[in-house]
Amino acid sequence: MSPLDRIANVSVLKQHEVDKLYKVENKPIVSTSDQLCFLVRPRIKNMKYVADIVNADKAMGRSRKYKIIFSPQKFYICELVLEEEGIYGDVSCDEWAFYLLPLDEDLLSMELPEFFRDYFLEGDQRWISTVARALQLLNSLFGPFANTYGIGRCAKMVYEVWRELVEESEGDSQARRPEISHVFLMDRDVDYVTALCSQVVYEGLVDDTFRIKCGSVDFGPDVTSSDRSFKVLLNAQDKVFSEIRNEHFSNVFGFLSQKARNLQTQYDRRRGMDIKQMKNFVSQELKGLKQEHRLLSLHIGACESIMKKKTKQDFQELLKTEHSLLEGFDIRESTSYIEEHIDRQVSPSESLRLMCLLSVTENGLIPKDYRSLKTQYLQSYGPEHLLTFHNLKRIGLLTEQAPGETLTAVESKVSKLVTDRAAGKLTDAFNSLARKSNFRGISKKLGLIPRVDGEYNLKVPRDMAYVFSGAYVPLSCKIIEQVLERKGWLGLEEVVRLLNGNEFAPTEPVMEENPAWEAQRVILAVFLGGCTFSEISALRFLGKEKGYKFIFLTTAITSSARLMDAMLEAKV
Amino acid sequence: MARPRRPQARDAEGGSGKRPGQPRGDRGRRPGGPWPVTRRTGPAGGGRFTVNDGSGRGGLRRGTLRAEGEAAGTSRAGIGARRPGRGHGLLHGELGTRWGRRAFYRKFELYSMAWNLKEDLRDCLVAAAPYGGPIALLKNNFRKEKSPGSRPLLEIYSASGVPLASVLWKSGQVVELGWTASEDLLCIQEDGTVLIYNLFCEFKRHFSMGNEVLQNHVREAKVFHTEYGTGVAILTGAHRFSLTTNIDDLKLRRMPEVPGLQKLPSCWAVLSQDRVTIILLAVGQDLYLLDNTSCSVVTPPGISPHAGAYVQMAVSFNYRYLALFTDTGSIWMGTSSLKEKLGEFNCDFRAPPRQMVWCTRPRSKQRAVVVAWDRRLLVAGNSKECIQFVLDEDSYLVPELDGVRIFSCTTHEFLHEIPEASEEIFKIASMAPGALLLEAQREYEKQSQKADEYLREIKDQNLLAEAVRQCIEAAGYEHEPETQKSLLRAASFGKCFLDKFPPESFVWMCRDLRVLNAIRDYQIGVPLTFAQYKQLTIEVLLDRLVLRRLYPLAIKICEYLRLSEFQGVSRILAHWACYKVQQKDKSDEEVAHAINQKLGDTPGISYSEIAARAYDCGRTELAIKLLEYEPRSGEQVPLLLKMKKSQLALNKAIESGDTDLVYTVVLHVKNELNRGTFFMTLQKQPVALSLYRQFCKHQELETLKDLYNQDDDHQELGNFHVHSSYSSEKRIEGRVAALQNAVDEYYKAKNEFAAKATEDQIKLLRMQRRLQDELDKPYIDYSLHDTVYNLILDGHHKRAEQLYRDFRIPDKRFWWLKISALAEREDWEEMEKFSKSKKSPIGYLPFVEICMKHHNRHEAKKYAARVTPEQRVKAHILVRELDQAADAAIEHKNENEMNLVLSKCTAATDSSVVEKINRAKAQTLKK
Repeated sequence: MSPLDRIANVSVLKQHEVDKLYKVENKPIVSTSDQLCFLVRPRIKNMKYVADIVNADKAMGRSRKYKIIFSPQKFYICELVLEEEGIYGDVSCDEWAFYLLPLDEDLLSMELPEFFRDYFLEGDQRWISTVARALQLLNSLFGPFANTYGIGRCAKMVYEVWRELVEESEGDSQARRPEISHVFLMDRDVDYVTALCSQVVYEGLVDDTFRIKCGSVDFGPDVTSSDRSFKVLLNAQDKVFSEIRNEHFSNVFGFLSQKARNLQTQYDRRRGMDIKQMKNFVSQELKGLKQEHRLLSLHIGACESIMKKKTKQDFQELLKTEHSLLEGFDIRESTSYIEEHIDRQVSPSESLRLMCLLSVTENGLIPKDYRSLKTQYLQSYGPEHLLTFHNLKRIGLLTEQAPGETLTAVESKVSKLVTDRAAGKLTDAFNSLARKSNFRGISKKLGLIPRVDGEYNLKVPRDMAYVFSGAYVPLSCKIIEQVLERKGWLGLEEVVRLLNGNEFAPTEPVMEENPAWEAQRVILAVFLGGCTFSEISALRFLGKEKGYKFIFLTTAITSSARLMDAMLEAKV
Repeated sequence: MARPRRPQARDAEGGSGKRPGQPRGDRGRRPGGPWPVTRRTGPAGGGRFTVNDGSGRGGLRRGTLRAEGEAAGTSRAGIGARRPGRGHGLLHGELGTRWGRRAFYRKFELYSMAWNLKEDLRDCLVAAAPYGGPIALLKNNFRKEKSPGSRPLLEIYSASGVPLASVLWKSGQVVELGWTASEDLLCIQEDGTVLIYNLFCEFKRHFSMGNEVLQNHVREAKVFHTEYGTGVAILTGAHRFSLTTNIDDLKLRRMPEVPGLQKLPSCWAVLSQDRVTIILLAVGQDLYLLDNTSCSVVTPPGISPHAGAYVQMAVSFNYRYLALFTDTGSIWMGTSSLKEKLGEFNCDFRAPPRQMVWCTRPRSKQRAVVVAWDRRLLVAGNSKECIQFVLDEDSYLVPELDGVRIFSCTTHEFLHEIPEASEEIFKIASMAPGALLLEAQREYEKQSQKADEYLREIKDQNLLAEAVRQCIEAAGYEHEPETQKSLLRAASFGKCFLDKFPPESFVWMCRDLRVLNAIRDYQIGVPLTFAQYKQLTIEVLLDRLVLRRLYPLAIKICEYLRLSEFQGVSRILAHWACYKVQQKDKSDEEVAHAINQKLGDTPGISYSEIAARAYDCGRTELAIKLLEYEPRSGEQVPLLLKMKKSQLALNKAIESGDTDLVYTVVLHVKNELNRGTFFMTLQKQPVALSLYRQFCKHQELETLKDLYNQDDDHQELGNFHVHSSYSSEKRIEGRVAALQNAVDEYYKAKNEFAAKATEDQIKLLRMQRRLQDELDKPYIDYSLHDTVYNLILDGHHKRAEQLYRDFRIPDKRFWWLKISALAEREDWEEMEKFSKSKKSPIGYLPFVEICMKHHNRHEAKKYAARVTPEQRVKAHILVRELDQAADAAIEHKNENEMNLVLSKCTAATDSSVVEKINRAKAQTLKK
């Protein structure tokens, strides 16, 4: 499903006399229509596709009307490319200021998966102002945000641009009671570890397995146990899904079978009914039950399918390796596991993910492993991944431990960047300073690895670690929890230092004394570069524990596979 | 009961016993302004007005204008001081009508003119803008000899005669002057060129009325105003008309020829009907109507056949009425559509008048024209009577929305039909509630009990609210503050006896009058009436003040009226700043500082606009300083680029974090600088550089290479070549060459790993090509792993071995790969041979797994026997030998393994196994 489907699906478009929908790509369009409308992101590549189509028409001597709608805005560069391709006069342009797509009751997505690569890899800041404008939009709808916290270079820039927007429009904002009390902005590169882990919460697992697109998933024949595939919207409206989405996968089956039994008793009630009751039952309840029934069987099918897939490659083994990486035990063993993984060509992105996880948790690979794993990988998957590795190094996901470079050396580099504000803003740290992950230190400081005393009860989770089977508290969520608890960064100086700084907090935190209000704090968590369903589940859990209501704003839903895909140098 | 006395009112009425207050047919019709004033069209996008219908070239004879039979004016105060006219409430004349409606007229002095004119007005070309606008005089225009000493002189004055600017006229012969709706002066020259000046005589621009005019010359011209804007119509020597309805969007229209026209028409006018502009012209006794396509003869309805030849015509302010003057002294008045006659008047003067204009007002009772000859002024309506004044001086008439302004060398007067409220109050022996209230208040001040009587009289009729309303309204029509005050005092007094009189009208009248009095001051010289002010709107008035550079007054008015900052003060400050930057005598620092001091962070101020103005004046440095105050980078950058400060622009763009802006600057700079400098500039700006790289990646691949080269970025160059080896190169040789380049670059970048990997790739490519040639199967683009796998799959074990050795494939990988491929081939024999070739580096469990994956339990069992003891349980489980798995687990005494086996057991078939394990477990527990 595409964002457009969520807003205006095919039948709506057809009602408005749209003849046919095409994907904008490097393909000619065969159509007899005399008008073409392109709805595109403002990218050079898209302009070239459009230009190819228009020029092909020209060569064939056919004349059509062309309209390009840029979302969310038009860039000068696009017009320039149109001009260079010689079609500027042939097309008319428009803008569609589309920023936020509500995927669920508490989840807003900007549907900008390219944000991650653009900003963190290419150093392209084009989306900064887009995010800022989205914040401004929320700000104008829900009153001024009382407290804004954040961490990360990008978060800081977004915050600054947004502040400017607020100041510009200050004149027309009325004093409103803020509905959103806290905003927390976070860069994805603050916490790669969480995004790299295998997801075991149901929603995350469904995403990892089937890829949820725009809040909807395509369940194939193996799930529906028919020859058709079903598109299912996954959100709070789905009564079955809403109850299992945040559950650890090990609980889901039990829950579903309980649910099936309940459903059966509901159905069974009609046995003893007289005509009138039956009439009531059919007219009022039956439809709901049927619906539930259908969803239930779909989710059971999905579970089976997941089980089948996951047990095939010995999912337990994989999780065990991940957990030891997170805890920092048996690194050698894990390394050889990864090597075997590569040698057996299990899956290119899985192998890459494990390598990255190893690198990020270990603060870089030791040179010998770095070389050998890369060599193995190239042998398995082809030489173009030389460029993939370059990308991963640049973004800091897969690095080599520099011999002799102690922590202090990194530190001085960081502090130099941070103190020189202009430099901090202007210089492109993407080339000069590959981010160093200090995961071990951070993990220790924040207690991300829960001490194991006995079995972790996944049915009654005691902390956010449950989203990773009790082995690891997601770093990103832990930071948010800590900052909210401490009402700032006080006491987290060491962690911030290890996270390479760039934190911010309101200069004078607005404290609402009213305890009733305090109790139902609404917190907007903004993830720049994407967030995973596991993180969402963890924060939902935190919200339930502490009486917060979290709302998520993300540039896109991400997962380890999507992160890896973004880094691939694809063969065109 | 005593009548209130009207000491100052004199009856100028001729004794026709008709009373005012008769039903009025046109009540409630939208008065005055022909269209809503559009705001923000320009600093003074005001209403329409007609100026100078061409006959004002001379001017009237010197002398005071006064009504017949009335004593000459009161003593004159100092020059320019505002003096009262002839007393408020003075009724100067009255016109009765056939339908029994009587209208009263009065004329009072606005200013005694501050100018010291040596020339007669008739010797100058005159143009006065309506709505109390400025007056332009072109002196010496009619002299034939053009000696340098007697060049024409263009002078502009305020309505009070205060000089605003003057300039020696050095261009061609001027035919006509006129004002635009935004108070710019149009000077129409004989050669068809129209020069536009602002009211400080600063040249703005010029345009031409067409080439044909060059030969034939413009003989006459008129400036007119319609809903399209300010228009110009010309009459050429070839007796052809051309016009444009909007000088800001110049579209010339040549009007059709008038058949048989041999000489210039005696008079003509521009009409606007149903958004179409047409020309009405008179030749002798014939009237012609010229529209876009045709020329038609028209006859006004009800005109007497003996009326004679037309010599003068006048169109009303709103284009609704037309008046025609014939050489028999007859004045025909009717609608400009020529469908209805309003009336006719025959006067004794047959000489062609100097000027004829309409004098009406919104909700007029009487439509009247004012006709001026050299010494005489006549107000005629649809009535037998007329009002006459003697003119002592050259005078010039300016039609207004609600009356006529008349100025001469010494005075500036306003003649208008008295509005009803004023008439009611000030008419002799009026018993109108307003009149009684005014009297009541006066008596009250005298502490007389009569106040109560009057008040009671009004209240008895239940008319007190009406009385208050009348007083408030009438106050608006008065120019004299004292009269305004007494009326307002009366209103305020009356209000005390009313329970619920809404205060807004009173408050607003006080405010409006305060503003009006301020701008009517002779120093300011904008004699707006209340009706004109309402029509013009406060916003336009402010714009006009700004245009006159009266910034402090404008700001005071904004503050006084509590206009929002954005609409009011900010805009004025911005205008002020734009003016300020033109002052060349101050240093850049001073000006910038002064501007920032005054403007600060006022919302709605655009520093970039001010900076742009500074740049236009050639003050680049000042512009840059001003831009520093501009908070929005998006506004700074375009101007910086225009000023060729690209480096600065780039910095600003990057600071803004706006990618689009950065791109704009980068691509601008790219065209502006030579390549070397451009690259150098980019090197200093990593953000810009990375953006430009992205652009190059898609649009200019070669440039991308140059960029890396310039930077000695061998790593990126290597990547570049690797990328092109699989994206742009199709032939093997090309690909190898690209990779070879990459190898060189990687070595230079000291990235041995990448170099080696690339060298391997070259080797592989060559190998694959050979394989492809020899085996006639596609191998190219497979990874090393896949190549070897496919070789084994096809049974080329020798070649596979060779690759394994050549590329030093690790044993483990090779074993994995080989057994997978063999299993896929279902070559179990070869697999077994391979398993025995040497000790497996990956153990034997993978064998079991792979056999099971291909559903060969038989083969799997063979290998299950060979696995290491630690993996035995797993192997047995895989081949579904739970019993043996249990044995192994029990042997290991490993509880985890036992549990694992248990979890695989099903109660129905494996009860014995379960029992066995449970026993073992119990045993271990015992120990």
